[in-house]
Amino acid sequence: MIQFLLNNELVELEASNADLTVLDFLRTKRRLCGTKEGCASGDCGACTVVVAEPMSVSTTEHILTDKIESKVEGKTECGANVLRYQNINSCITFLGALHGKQLITVEHLSGKDRLHSVQEAMVTHHGSQCGFCTPGFVMSLFALQKTIPIVNEVSNNDHDSDGGKTTKNPPGNQKLDSANAKRHRASIDEYLGGNLCRCTGYRPIIDAALQSMENLEHDQFDRSSKKTLNRLNAIRHSSDFSFKSSRYPFYIPENLAQLHELMSQFPDARLLAGGTDLALEVTQQLKSLPEIILLTEVHELKRIVEEDDHFEIGSAVSLSKLLDLLAPYYPDAKELLLRFGSRQVRNQGTIGGNVANASPIGDLPPMLIALNASLVLQKRIASTIQTRIVDAENYFLDYRKTDLQPGEIIQSIHLPKPVLESGVKKQLKVYKITKQFDDDISTICSAIHIELTDNVISSIRMALGGYGSNS
Amino acid sequence: MSDNEQIVMGPGKKLEHESASKHVTGKAIYIDDQMVYQGQLFACIGGSQIAHGRITILDLDAVRSAEGVIDVITAKSVPGKLDIGPVFPGDPLFTDELVEYWGQPIFAVAANSHEQARKAITLAHIEYQELEPVLDLAQAMDQSFYVRPPHRMQRGNSEQAIQSASHRIQSKLLVGGQEHFYLEGQASAVIPQEDGGMLIYTSTQNPSETQKLVAEVLDVPMTRIDVVTRRMGGGFGGKETQAAPWSCVAALFASRNQCAVTCRLSRKDDMVMTGKRHNFINHYDVGFDDDGSISGIKYTLAGQCGYSPDLSDAIVDRAMFHCDNAYYLPNATVDGLRCKTHTVSNTAFRGFGGPQGVIAAETVIDEIAFELKKDPLEIRKRNLYNTTDRNQTHYHQKLDSFTLPEIIAQLELDADYWNRRKQVSEFNATSPILKKGLALTPVKFGISFTVSHLNQAGALIHLYTDGSIQVNHGGTEMVQGLMTKVAQIVAQEFQVSTDRIVVTATRTDKVPNTSPTAASAGTDLNGMAALNAAKTLKYRLTHFLSDKYQLPAEEICFKNGEVQLRDDALSFAEVTKEAWLGRISLSSTGFYKTPKVHYDRQTASGHPFYYFANGASVSEVLIDTLTGEYKLLRTDIIHDVGNSINPALDIGQIEGGFIQGLGWLTCEELKWDNQGRLITDGPATYKIPAISDTPEVFNVRLLQNSPNSEATVFRSKAVGEPPLMLTISAWCAIRDAIASVEGRTTFPQLHAPATPEEILRAIHRD
Repeated sequence: MIQFLLNNELVELEASNADLTVLDFLRTKRRLCGTKEGCASGDCGACTVVVAEPMSVSTTEHILTDKIESKVEGKTECGANVLRYQNINSCITFLGALHGKQLITVEHLSGKDRLHSVQEAMVTHHGSQCGFCTPGFVMSLFALQKTIPIVNEVSNNDHDSDGGKTTKNPPGNQKLDSANAKRHRASIDEYLGGNLCRCTGYRPIIDAALQSMENLEHDQFDRSSKKTLNRLNAIRHSSDFSFKSSRYPFYIPENLAQLHELMSQFPDARLLAGGTDLALEVTQQLKSLPEIILLTEVHELKRIVEEDDHFEIGSAVSLSKLLDLLAPYYPDAKELLLRFGSRQVRNQGTIGGNVANASPIGDLPPMLIALNASLVLQKRIASTIQTRIVDAENYFLDYRKTDLQPGEIIQSIHLPKPVLESGVKKQLKVYKITKQFDDDISTICSAIHIELTDNVISSIRMALGGYGSNS
Repeated sequence: MSDNEQIVMGPGKKLEHESASKHVTGKAIYIDDQMVYQGQLFACIGGSQIAHGRITILDLDAVRSAEGVIDVITAKSVPGKLDIGPVFPGDPLFTDELVEYWGQPIFAVAANSHEQARKAITLAHIEYQELEPVLDLAQAMDQSFYVRPPHRMQRGNSEQAIQSASHRIQSKLLVGGQEHFYLEGQASAVIPQEDGGMLIYTSTQNPSETQKLVAEVLDVPMTRIDVVTRRMGGGFGGKETQAAPWSCVAALFASRNQCAVTCRLSRKDDMVMTGKRHNFINHYDVGFDDDGSISGIKYTLAGQCGYSPDLSDAIVDRAMFHCDNAYYLPNATVDGLRCKTHTVSNTAFRGFGGPQGVIAAETVIDEIAFELKKDPLEIRKRNLYNTTDRNQTHYHQKLDSFTLPEIIAQLELDADYWNRRKQVSEFNATSPILKKGLALTPVKFGISFTVSHLNQAGALIHLYTDGSIQVNHGGTEMVQGLMTKVAQIVAQEFQVSTDRIVVTATRTDKVPNTSPTAASAGTDLNGMAALNAAKTLKYRLTHFLSDKYQLPAEEICFKNGEVQLRDDALSFAEVTKEAWLGRISLSSTGFYKTPKVHYDRQTASGHPFYYFANGASVSEVLIDTLTGEYKLLRTDIIHDVGNSINPALDIGQIEGGFIQGLGWLTCEELKWDNQGRLITDGPATYKIPAISDTPEVFNVRLLQNSPNSEATVFRSKAVGEPPLMLTISAWCAIRDAIASVEGRTTFPQLHAPATPEEILRAIHRD
């Protein structure tokens, strides 16, 4: 059974086709038509919704994933348990992936008699013209606003009323100085780059976003966050991950053992590691995916382990997290990842998904090859787990063809850190050339990693994407 | 402004879009959000898989027996007229034999779900006898392969003027097309009525034409067909003629199966099956003197129309009308070619051919400046029209009013053009790889349908006894806030708050025989029609009160939401109630036709435009000469909207038009393969501007104290299309940057769109 919160309503689905998308569920099963279909390919953002997910800060220990999340995503003020709000494209998200999460749609944002502050900002700044893209923008704005840490104390008011307006920023802070505006503009471009508007030219939307980021106030989601967390945790704790039911063949293993078991039981099931490409088989090529196994709840695959000289990055780590992880080490990796799809895609897409997909225009492969990354591949034969390590440059064989064997999964990516050696300077440069800065496919992508010893190039590794049938 | 001294919520206010709160909460209803009816079917279109040929086998058995399929139709299923060409014939709803573009509709399926219909389409077995297609505009030009005959506009003797000029340039410019990419794709929902009638909810700019075409296809009188359009999720010209087929298909299914039918195109079908902005090849041959004054020019403007005429005659005409842009051409010969190719039929798109003409004019100016080593702005100003001696266009219309000299003068100061020109030169002198460019370009855009009879509009106003006002008119709400502006106009006339007014969905049964909402004329036409209806009602109310209270009419004054009667005052609700009790008709139509407009094709002369809308922009760009990447750094705009009815909405149109134009001229590139199949068929490959394309410095200002010299509604000016052409400054700035590359001796031939690849090509092209 798939269980999630649709806004505040608990939804329990026992039977469905595995490839039902969130958008189709909303529009055709629930007639919640505020969420629009613009392209059904994850490229326009009209279908943007927000997913709230419990995040446990206390269980980080040596696992960096959540610590990194806590720096930049969601709110950090609550201590042990917080909700992280992420904008995603509902058209390329399968409903089963919402298990244990809260799906927030545009219909739910406003209170009984007043608009949510991000909606209000859009109205004030004339941010809508035809209005069709607007719900998607509103949801991305909402996710953007939720990234801003709360300065003041959290209200303990658990009531779902709209009366308790608390301004989070001290008064007098309403006027934006230009430095703030510039800094905010980068976040705005990052969060809204995956939402296309054909009418406004974006300027009023940028102004609405600036207002949303400056004039914060406690909303109904803040007020009910504890309740929501409890409800979601209850789902997660009560979940029976055996999923033997064939009435909803969408399987959610929590650990590698369960994953291998499911893979042997359902050898034809498709592995879902984000699905921003896989879902296109359904929405664009009109195929059916009768059985799906979700990888992104397998905790071993979500892990990031930091060693002295490298990261061991679980294959189900999202591209958003990867961005945050690599940004301090490789500035060009940050630049590249900021232009990897859109925020919605990066929240869903995973490093392993991009590597397994092996598209010649994939954004990560050139960089992984240049950095001399390697892949940890794993397969269960009978009851033994076999692991092998393949260098990234030997992994990509031909157009969408890799060294990955049937039944094998990518467990993690071994990514070297730029360790300082005396007298050696290392630098990664990545050049992604596109028609358009945001959310575009590489015309060509070039990644170059050089080592300079006494200002002489002692080592150079270079890889090109978008150039031939593989990277 | 108007005779009314007190403005309540009327013109001039930055009133928010009437649907703004509904947009942000998801409560605004678009076609596919409509309630589902019991037994409703969903239609999908099956298109050809070749560009040109004859169908030899059409086997749809597998389609018919696919899961969920209820009905399948082809050309043979059409009881009435098969051809739905809007002006000239040539657009069959389904082709029965001859295929003329890849994706041309051949059949349609109705199934129990959208997905079932889409899947069934793929099961068709169709064989063709292929014919050699003409896919390329240059090839069509060479073969004189046209959908309509060429047209020529001429003034003076350009040949002689060019010959005797001290300088001469002959060159050409390729201008790309553009996909509309309205976020809401084409959609229509049809519900059968009594007696073979149909109620149609559809996303169209042209409800009356949909009504007419559905009636013809079904072979019923127009009285049986009601078309309703509440709003569109974007139109931009793409729903002027291209919206009708899907209503026709849905109506056919609805008629055959007596159930509600929705036909909504997937994004891919929408991009493959509907027309786009015309791409052009513009040849120019210009003679000019040492100071840069143009003495004579010859243009050949060739538009790629696709397989059928659609609106292409008027579109190529408009390109011809605008190849002067803001410049006086003492001797000019302009030939316009309507080239036929085996591709989808290109159609209206914001600017309607005008932009393709304007960009040619600006290229000519830039090239003259490069040739004479002068600043392009100097050449622009030298060639500008005036209202005294250099005031006649090449189609012999005289300019009575021309605000561009004032706009340019203000913008030079606002944008600090000359200082920045110096800074750009200094930057470029020390930056070998990154180069900056700067350009100021003006726009003069003719307002009116050039097909004169379309310049008419109707409105219908009902006053109810509670004092609420319902307004209806022939214009459609697509983006622009037309309903908001019309409400403001009516509010102004009655001197009431817009809260009292509801402008309802556009309906063919309320206001008949309407023109498409196009040519930027939505407010000019419908606003005036609504105003006329309001005046009629106000006259009736005034005279009723005058009789009842025995007061001269002059002493009855509509003000502050009430009606003042010498010493007394009645609320607006009391007035309507009293008038009803007094048996006064509280419903009135209003009508308007644009004066002064005419054009004679035989002599290629006349007064096709009621007036001109003007604006100018300055853009500064940065390009990378190694990769061809570019960034728009800053844009300043001053635009003339006359007396603005709603400055917030007008600025929205200007900014939106500018960024849409930026897409047309930079990142939006349509590509077909060598078989004529569109390969940029989704947003993954066809890139419209995204949020980071909006320049960090983007100053947009309305020209102040500039009422329209013509008696338009509240002396406002149309604003829908003209701002799209303001983007030409960004494109010219890219060329300016390329021209600054060291060692450059020839004028950079930059075609549109200026993608990074094209910028690189232009850098290396001699």
